Amino acid sequence: MTAPRQRAEARAGAAFALPAFALILALLLAPLAALLALSVTDYRLGAMAVRLVGLDNYAALFADEVFQRSLRNTFLYVAFVLPGAVFGGLGVALLVHARRRSRAFYEVAYFLPVTATLVAMATVWQFMLHPSLGPVSALLRALGFGDVDLLNDPSLALGTLALIGLWQVIGFNMVLFLAGLSAIPRDLYEAAALDGARSGPDRFLRVTWPMLGPTTMFVTITSTITAFKVFDTVVVLTRGGPLGSTETLLYVLYLEGFQYFRTGYAAAMTVVLLAFLVLLSILQARVIDRKVHYA
Amino acid sequence: MRRGLVPRLLAHAVLLLGAVVMLAPFVWMLLTSIRPAEEVFGAVFNPIPGRFAAPENYARAWNEGNLPRAMLNGAIVCLGILAVQLLAAIPASFALAKLRFRGRGMLFGLVLFGLCVPIQVPALPLYLGLAHAGLLDTYFALMAPFFLTVFGMFLFRQFFRAYPDEVLDAARLDGMGEFEIVWRLATPAALPAIAAFSVFSVVAHWNDLYWPLIVVTSSELATPPLGILAFRDTESGGNYGALMAGAALVTAPLVLAFLVARRAFLRGITMTGLR
Amino acid sequence: MKQQQTPTSEARAAGLTLRGIVKHFGPTRVLDGVDLDIRPGEFLTLVGPSGCGKSTLLRIIAGLEAQSAGSVTIGGRSVDALPPSERDVAMVFQSYALYPHMSVAANIASPLELRRLSLFERLPLLRWLSPRRPRVMREIMTEVRAMAGQLQLEGLLDRRPAQLSGGQRQRVALGRAMVRRPAAFLMDEPLSNLDAKLRVHMRTELAELHARLGATFVYVTHDQIEAMTMSDRVALMDKGRILQLGTPSELYDTPADVTVARFIGSPPINLLEVEASAGGVIRMAGLALRAPGPGRYTIGIRPEALHLGRAAPGLLAARLRRAENLGAEWLLHAETEEGAPLAIRMTAAEHAAADALIGQVLHLSASRAGVHLFGPDGRRVAVEAAVEAPA
Ligand SMILES: Nc1ncnc2c1ncn2[C@@H]1O[C@H](COP(=O)(O)OP(=O)(O)O)[C@@H](O)[C@H]1O
Ligand SMILES: [Mg+2]
Repeated sequence: MTAPRQRAEARAGAAFALPAFALILALLLAPLAALLALSVTDYRLGAMAVRLVGLDNYAALFADEVFQRSLRNTFLYVAFVLPGAVFGGLGVALLVHARRRSRAFYEVAYFLPVTATLVAMATVWQFMLHPSLGPVSALLRALGFGDVDLLNDPSLALGTLALIGLWQVIGFNMVLFLAGLSAIPRDLYEAAALDGARSGPDRFLRVTWPMLGPTTMFVTITSTITAFKVFDTVVVLTRGGPLGSTETLLYVLYLEGFQYFRTGYAAAMTVVLLAFLVLLSILQARVIDRKVHYA
Repeated sequence: MRRGLVPRLLAHAVLLLGAVVMLAPFVWMLLTSIRPAEEVFGAVFNPIPGRFAAPENYARAWNEGNLPRAMLNGAIVCLGILAVQLLAAIPASFALAKLRFRGRGMLFGLVLFGLCVPIQVPALPLYLGLAHAGLLDTYFALMAPFFLTVFGMFLFRQFFRAYPDEVLDAARLDGMGEFEIVWRLATPAALPAIAAFSVFSVVAHWNDLYWPLIVVTSSELATPPLGILAFRDTESGGNYGALMAGAALVTAPLVLAFLVARRAFLRGITMTGLR
Repeated sequence: MKQQQTPTSEARAAGLTLRGIVKHFGPTRVLDGVDLDIRPGEFLTLVGPSGCGKSTLLRIIAGLEAQSAGSVTIGGRSVDALPPSERDVAMVFQSYALYPHMSVAANIASPLELRRLSLFERLPLLRWLSPRRPRVMREIMTEVRAMAGQLQLEGLLDRRPAQLSGGQRQRVALGRAMVRRPAAFLMDEPLSNLDAKLRVHMRTELAELHARLGATFVYVTHDQIEAMTMSDRVALMDKGRILQLGTPSELYDTPADVTVARFIGSPPINLLEVEASAGGVIRMAGLALRAPGPGRYTIGIRPEALHLGRAAPGLLAARLRRAENLGAEWLLHAETEEGAPLAIRMTAAEHAAADALIGQVLHLSASRAGVHLFGPDGRRVAVEAAVEAPA
């Protein structure tokens, strides 16, 4: 390539990248720097004086019962959602993949919650779970569980939110698994059939499951991140209650940062959140690497 | 080698049961939205409404709350975000994929890093900045944080990388400038990725609650989720019919779009989900 | 490689019989009543243009596809009701179909594992409970290593398929097929993913392998050169039917059909429309042939059967358009007065002697052995004792 061409290319490249650079600076890097800076101050929105407090915010964070409870609740929520999201998504995908005429119907049915506005659907769920008016409560009564108020019972509320979370995410995972399934070469199943794989479990263990390995890892991580960020249903359905049993990380962060305006403290909390997410993303990058490795 | 009838029926049974659970809230929402207020209490035993009350419920949801405005806001915000996202991300990702310039490696590194930073992380400083500039409670505040889409840049870069270099070189020999190449050659070729990304972006921002909840206080700027929250609070008297009509209205645009363009939606999710 | 012997191989060759195989995909009829007897131990090639149904036929033999009508017998046993794994055949796929997540050793071991261990003994975790498994796996691995030795894969047993070259993957696929000593090998274009040089080499290697194993090979290809060079017999297919079954020489020397004549041979045979006189005599390129009757025929002349001569009545005149030097041979491209293209193949010495110039009119005579006559239906027409009439 000639020197003028190279220069023109470099100029064009820089010009095209400039807006993106500016946006990254303004919306990502600067806020992150500010965040780190805020997290070592006692800044409160509207306060006149700001003091450097070192790592006090972080220390307070790990002594804070509310924060600890929110961490516990969040992990519990993830633990509730994850198995169903991954194995449920896989199971549905396996069944749907084998359908022909009815495949479109099932795809739509399971995917509908993904596109629907969660806040609106949460109000529907609230009504469905209403102790006296809701059909779910009526069903539970009919099944002999007596009067249960799923959203107001401290031992059930988080699990109920998790089921709603599962309801929303399972179709998304199904679609990812379906894509993974269609990417498995038919040859492999045929080779397995000639090798002597006769039963469904054999085909699944020898071909499907290992070939879905990267997809499964990916789904696991994205589902973890999604579950980790549970927020909408908490706002609409429980506001952290009853008795703090559904206070989750993002909800507490929202309260601290934007309701109580304890900005410095919330900043420290955000840094911890970011640390978790970066960790998960590194895992995710590893997985994508391995997928490339397979092919 | 079709499998037997029994396993097939079993599969259908399991799938149907699941589908009932998945669709139940939608069915219940629609049934309640056409039910008169006085029947809501007996609904469990008599799911089909005795009197068809859709007009009054939907009229109430449309007129009483702020939903039409919220949906208009949702459309404005989603389109505004998408337009800026595409305008900034397409040339940048083309440069990342096809042009050599100083800072390319750094830009790509930043994109990869940005992929693991959700809005909740920069939210606090961004809020302070907007407050400082007196821009809270504006359309700009609703849209600005999302003008940057590292995700879109990543997706488009992958797509552009597959574009043949020979075609670009031929265009350059024909006298096309880089600007023209991006918008007249590369962009049309990337339409599937752009469509997929658009689906992803609009779904995400129509439904987003976190950020609008933070920066919007006036009801004139409410987005659909805020609109439905506010409507729920004004209807706390228990007019579930109207509330469900409101939920149906807010959910309808995306659900209908999905039903119409199912393939595009699923491809969008697969492409964006699997990166 | 050639010296090693597989002990039981001689006993493991089965004949295959196909009777009236028909296959529909929806409304399209892909196979149209195929009958074929494949002898024990023979190398039979199914060749034909892309889309003619070769793969489908092979997959029906393997049991991967169910025929719409007809029956398949392998080693005297009807296999129509048997799943692929019980038909005692192994298949080598065009894509090799190796398990990407398994090592070379595990890939080759796969058929043995599936056959010798129960499902329970193959389940994750649970399999460690089986007391029998370690011993069986040791036996399997011994066989796998022996197989790797035969195929020169010893150093690669721990690699994944992605870390192998195309030729090595091909060998692994062969190893996975050979390790269970099937009665017949089915191969669907196994060489088509290799580069040209390796393909030529693997041709020889497969032919040697066949000789060594003595097993029945059913080999699918669209490449007539592969078919001609490797096979004992060739079945030429077109549009879901077998047009001709015979040795490579039979197909070349006595094509039963104009399609066969056109498909076999490179460069392809020259085809010219001719009119037989009332007495059924056809004069062409210095030959006089007697057809069964008057009417239109297609005459086929192999490129090497055309010779340059001096201008004389009765010879085929054609203008030379292009000459290709292939080294030992020359290939001339000419055009008849009617505009039909002609290919003429000759040795370099012949070409030097003739000194044919581009644009010049050539006068061509044909030797009888390379000339075939086909009727309007495309079938071969027996030419009765030709009237020798050198004009
Ligand atoms: N599963 C299938 N469904 C519909 N048509 C098919 C299927 N498999 C093959 N065909 C059609 O059958 C014909 C023969 O295919 P194939 O046996 O693969 O041909 P070949 O191997 O000779 O190239 C082709 O026209 C192909 O399109
Ligand atoms: Mg084929």
